[in-house]
Amino acid sequence: MALVGDNGAGKSTLIKGIAGIHPFDEGEIFFDGERVNIHGPRDAAKLGIEVVFQDLALADNLDVVGNMFLGRERTRWGFVLDESRMENAAQEIMESLSVTSLRSVRQTVAGLSGGQRQAVAVAKSVMWNSLELILDEPTAALGVAQTRQVLDLVRRLAEKDLGVVIISHNLHDVFEVADRITVLRLGQRVALLERSKSTQEEVVHAITAGALDHVPGMADAGADGG
Amino acid sequence: MTEPGDGMNKGADVAPPPESVAVQEALEAPAESLSEDLSRWWLKVRAGDLGALPIVVGLVIIAVVFGVLDDYFFTERNFTNLLLQMAAVATMAIGIVFVLLIGEIDLSVGFVSGVGAVVMTLLLRPDDPGWPWWAAIGVALAVTTLIGFGQALIITKAGVPSFVVTLAGYLIWSGVVLVLTTQFTTTGTIRIQDPTVVGIANNFLSPLWGWVVGGVVVVGYALSQLQTARSRRSSGLIAKPLPFLGLQVAGLALVTFAGVSYANQDRGVPTVTVILGFALLFWSFVASRTRFGRHVYAVGGNAEAARRAGISVDRLRIVVFMIAGFMAGVGGIMLASRLRSVATNTGGGSLLLNVIAAAVIGGTSLFGGSGRVVSALLGALVITSIQNGMDLLGLASGTKFVITGFVLLGAVLVDAISKRSRSARGVA
Repeated sequence: MALVGDNGAGKSTLIKGIAGIHPFDEGEIFFDGERVNIHGPRDAAKLGIEVVFQDLALADNLDVVGNMFLGRERTRWGFVLDESRMENAAQEIMESLSVTSLRSVRQTVAGLSGGQRQAVAVAKSVMWNSLELILDEPTAALGVAQTRQVLDLVRRLAEKDLGVVIISHNLHDVFEVADRITVLRLGQRVALLERSKSTQEEVVHAITAGALDHVPGMADAGADGG
Repeated sequence: MTEPGDGMNKGADVAPPPESVAVQEALEAPAESLSEDLSRWWLKVRAGDLGALPIVVGLVIIAVVFGVLDDYFFTERNFTNLLLQMAAVATMAIGIVFVLLIGEIDLSVGFVSGVGAVVMTLLLRPDDPGWPWWAAIGVALAVTTLIGFGQALIITKAGVPSFVVTLAGYLIWSGVVLVLTTQFTTTGTIRIQDPTVVGIANNFLSPLWGWVVGGVVVVGYALSQLQTARSRRSSGLIAKPLPFLGLQVAGLALVTFAGVSYANQDRGVPTVTVILGFALLFWSFVASRTRFGRHVYAVGGNAEAARRAGISVDRLRIVVFMIAGFMAGVGGIMLASRLRSVATNTGGGSLLLNVIAAAVIGGTSLFGGSGRVVSALLGALVITSIQNGMDLLGLASGTKFVITGFVLLGAVLVDAISKRSRSARGVA
């Protein structure tokens, strides 16, 4: 599933609400057919929803292992870091995702390229038995080769039976990896398209001139997740 | 949701080009030889990851300059003096290291340490109220920790920069010290008579105990390093090669035993030095091996990332300022013990600047997220030995301030330049 829309359409806001970072003003979230409450990042993680943000949310001064386990460190006696176990688990995940561009999981993130960072951020999210992975503009800042790597990674994730929502400006990328495309405009869904049955022109039209139910800015624009 | 299996890129796992695999393997291979390890270290240094290098160079320069200029500098008596002078600054700098790691600053620690010392001294006054030493120290430390908590509450909940809140604290607590000391005496100086408290900074270990403590430190360090290496190997991970470990342990043993033997030729190893050593070990462990320590670095590196990872950033900030308050209290007690009294200016003077300078000179970055607890010790060693040396040379106060200022400026410049070099080469 891809989520597309112009700047300010509410893509990132919607995602942040689902991730539990900003509370929604109104609306309900349904996950796997059930109504759920998400009040913080931990609630979302408990449901198996993981978000990879546009700005990646990695701490530059920590190494790859430190970042992947941030906030969920494996410990002995509840407070002493179990570095060996974390390092092994990190390596396994990297191998299972066929991420080969990293030379060591003990490298600090500051020294990684954009594609490598994206891979770390994705691996971090995948590692927690997540059911649904949301990627916010995963290829926005990447070069051609790195974009290729990330899109391949996304495809592999989908093949692992993971729900993947990808937010993007780049319709070419979207058409390459997504099965369904949701178009947001001014905080509302204006179209839900099947990739195989639609063209880029249709999507562009929906983005720029999708029909709105009501005029935004009049005490509405509440987003519902899904 | 994407359905598995109908992608147009199925099986398109791009294999990395062969040459990158070769490089990767070369770098991942465990460094078996010492020379390989050294060459890697040199690469890191050239990339701007200086580690303890500037400090070691600085200490050598200081030792040579003052050793040549003044014969007394290298005497055993001066060495134990140096240990005594350094302890309080290093202890308080440990707290500042934590504060700097999360990218904040605490300008109040000087007078907070003064408040702690005055509270303890007032409680100890014979018959009025004449508390036992442990209760007086306990209350003093509780007070300084609470001060850290209160200031942090304002910083986190009201969102006022720590610079401003603790600057206000600097004024407030200097006033409190003045009020408390003049409240109960006309001279403003209160003597400490409790032998235990006076003993903290005026007692020395017997030569035998000095060796025992030194031995415990070296053996303990060797065992913990070996244990780490063994557990990493058994998990199939790369561990430090044994010769490298041996060299590290030998280096520590050399410094420790030389220090003990040197101190023993005078009065022995001071009790405060043992307390400082214990504090360093404890807080180093907290910073580098615990979940809390990892979160401290994460908040300093990227507070937003830490928040999104579910870390309670505000609570962590509060705890860090409490650590700074607590360590300020410990340092204040050491200083009061050394002077056997508190006075109206306790915790004032250049104490605050020395403490912050020690943390920064030791290599803890002012930009947050980078530094080690041991930098408190190294920086305190530099700043105290410079001041000790200048005192021996009988320099005027003005000259001493100017020189200390330039040393601090130099340390900050090294930090800024190495940070720039690090980001230019993409190494944190």
